Amino acid sequence: MQGNPIGEKGGFFLLFLRKLKRMKVLVCISVVPDTTTKIGFIENNTQFNTAGVQYILNPYDELAVTRGLELAEANGGSVTIVHVGKADSEAVIRKALSMGANEAIRIDAEPTDAQFVAAEIAKIAGGYDLILTGRESIDYNSGAVGGLLGALLGIPSVNVVTRIDYANGTFTFDRDIDGGRETVSCAAPVVASAQKDLCEPRIPNMRGIMAARTKPLQLLQPQTVADFSASKSYELPTAKTGVKMIDPENASQLIDILRNEAKVI
Amino acid sequence: MKNILVFAESADNTFKKSTQEAISYAREIAETVGGTVTALVIGATDGSNLGNYGAHQVVSVDYAGSFTSDAYSTIIAEVAKSMQSDLLVVSNTYSGKSVAPRVAASLDASLATNVISLPVTSDGFVVKRGVFSGKAFAWVNLSKSCKVLSITPNSFEIKTWSGDANKSTQSISATSGIAVEQVNKVTGKIALTEAEVVISGGRGLKGPENWGMIEELADALGAATACSKPVSDMGWRPHSEHVGQTGITIKPNLYIAVGISGAIQHLAGVSSSKVIVAINKDPEAPFFKAADYGIVGDAFDVLPKIIAAAKN
Ligand SMILES: Cc1cc2nc3c(=O)[nH]c(=O)nc-3n(C[C@H](O)[C@H](O)[C@H](O)COP(=O)(O)OP(=O)(O)OC[C@H]3O[C@@H](n4cnc5c(N)ncnc54)[C@H](O)[C@@H]3O)c2cc1C
Ligand SMILES: Nc1ncnc2c1ncn2[C@@H]1O[C@H](COP(=O)(O)O)[C@@H](O)[C@H]1O
Repeated sequence: MQGNPIGEKGGFFLLFLRKLKRMKVLVCISVVPDTTTKIGFIENNTQFNTAGVQYILNPYDELAVTRGLELAEANGGSVTIVHVGKADSEAVIRKALSMGANEAIRIDAEPTDAQFVAAEIAKIAGGYDLILTGRESIDYNSGAVGGLLGALLGIPSVNVVTRIDYANGTFTFDRDIDGGRETVSCAAPVVASAQKDLCEPRIPNMRGIMAARTKPLQLLQPQTVADFSASKSYELPTAKTGVKMIDPENASQLIDILRNEAKVI
Repeated sequence: MKNILVFAESADNTFKKSTQEAISYAREIAETVGGTVTALVIGATDGSNLGNYGAHQVVSVDYAGSFTSDAYSTIIAEVAKSMQSDLLVVSNTYSGKSVAPRVAASLDASLATNVISLPVTSDGFVVKRGVFSGKAFAWVNLSKSCKVLSITPNSFEIKTWSGDANKSTQSISATSGIAVEQVNKVTGKIALTEAEVVISGGRGLKGPENWGMIEELADALGAATACSKPVSDMGWRPHSEHVGQTGITIKPNLYIAVGISGAIQHLAGVSSSKVIVAINKDPEAPFFKAADYGIVGDAFDVLPKIIAAAKN
């Protein structure tokens, strides 16, 4: 802000107002199996085999946390992390705090589906200027929590964003669309889902890791019932029956095979 | 089901292949468990031909605004309520996926995205959907009386039906909190998520200057182009081409991978492809285990031969 045309008292008042108007960002995070995990199922294919699985912060959510922090830092604001999950997720929640988030909320329930997760988050998501999710979780892949939250809160939602900027109460986004990209703008409050390219994920430093240990992590009980859907069973893609090798000298044969044997071109 | 509503997404005044698939899908359900199929057209695109894909009727809403998730969701939910729809089908495109959750929330419906099967209705309403980024599938039961399904492109064959669909219009006003300022569409290119054939390049191609070969083969086969993660990370190709666990999951009829090793995160995004061809100079490359056809050879020798044959 430049100059002070309204005198010292008015200046203090403006400062006070600006304090009140600090940008509040809420980032929803999911905790997912590490990308190298070999997926398997147990109990007659009704349950995911968690034996030996390493859990990580969902890669898109890592971008959401990072950009949320950058925006809050640039505009004098704060970032709250929210996660629906059981106690074993706390290490990942602490990671988000060590990246720089101010506080976290864990809603103590098994995240059965996107609709239950969104219904729970909607209960605490009032009052934020920007709510961020990832484009999708890499385990459940519904890509739905952001849109559901937008509808439940009655605010706009902007999917798969590759840029978020903020000025004077308005957010500007670039987002992927079918066959291209578009730029849209929207006044706060708004929900957006992070896509690759949004930013470089922030790596926690030692100070952040130390600070995260004592940051507030609030535990809440679920308030809604998970009655939208239930996963009955799982299956793996059918394994390939064996590769048929083609002589590189006769590579042109491939086209003939694809046309007449595989019939895919 | 009584009333099945399909969001008939259109682009440049034509209905996309994925829309035709969604309508065929809905009609298949109507044929097996009963019900009528209504295709909802938002905007000026003429829906006269949608009967050919299985729509019993076409409702047009003359909304002139740009696509925004909130306005389109309002319109779709209003039409669904007025028709007492108990099933909404959209395609799992960027647009479809940005309206499906919002509409599901306003209709208090159960939602499933990434759906790749017809519903099994012998015990509830169960659909198969992709989970773990292409590494597995889940059979999910949807419990609410109203359901919203977003179906993966290339999962259903388009069937043709005869008979004119009954046409009507509805006027619904919708407002959006989102202002669309600029749209950049890549013209003349086939959208990766909907392509039937995809040619993909990895780090084995050495640099962006060698992508001419990939594009030439793609042109000859009417294919879309894709790439591995490091290729988009290094800026050789746009990130929108990055397939895999942290990129796009695709399901084409044919996927040709050139100079890609076949890491587990890459395979996750492409292993649902019907036929996979791996071209790699290393006979030990993991991709050969996931492929139907393989060529061990240098891409720079092998591709020109394949391109020549494809052009024939
Ligand atoms: C969290 C995380 C998420 C990830 N997500 C994804 C993802 O979504 N998608 C993805 O693709 N990767 C992803 N990866 C990266 C993945 O692990 C691999 O590193 C990546 O797929 C390798 O890309 P590449 O096969 O192009 O390169 P490389 O592994 O370097 O392989 C290049 C291949 O080209 C071959 N080659 C070299 N020269 C020639 C030639 N002249 N002719 C023919 N063949 C040649 C080589 O033999 C080799 O097999 C992820 C990794 C992590 C950690
Ligand atoms: N259990 C959860 N707790 C909090 N946020 C979640 C949870 N699951 C998913 N999300 C958020 O919703 C996004 C989309 O997830 P999904 O709809 O499951 O693909 C994720 O990237 C997260 O930002």
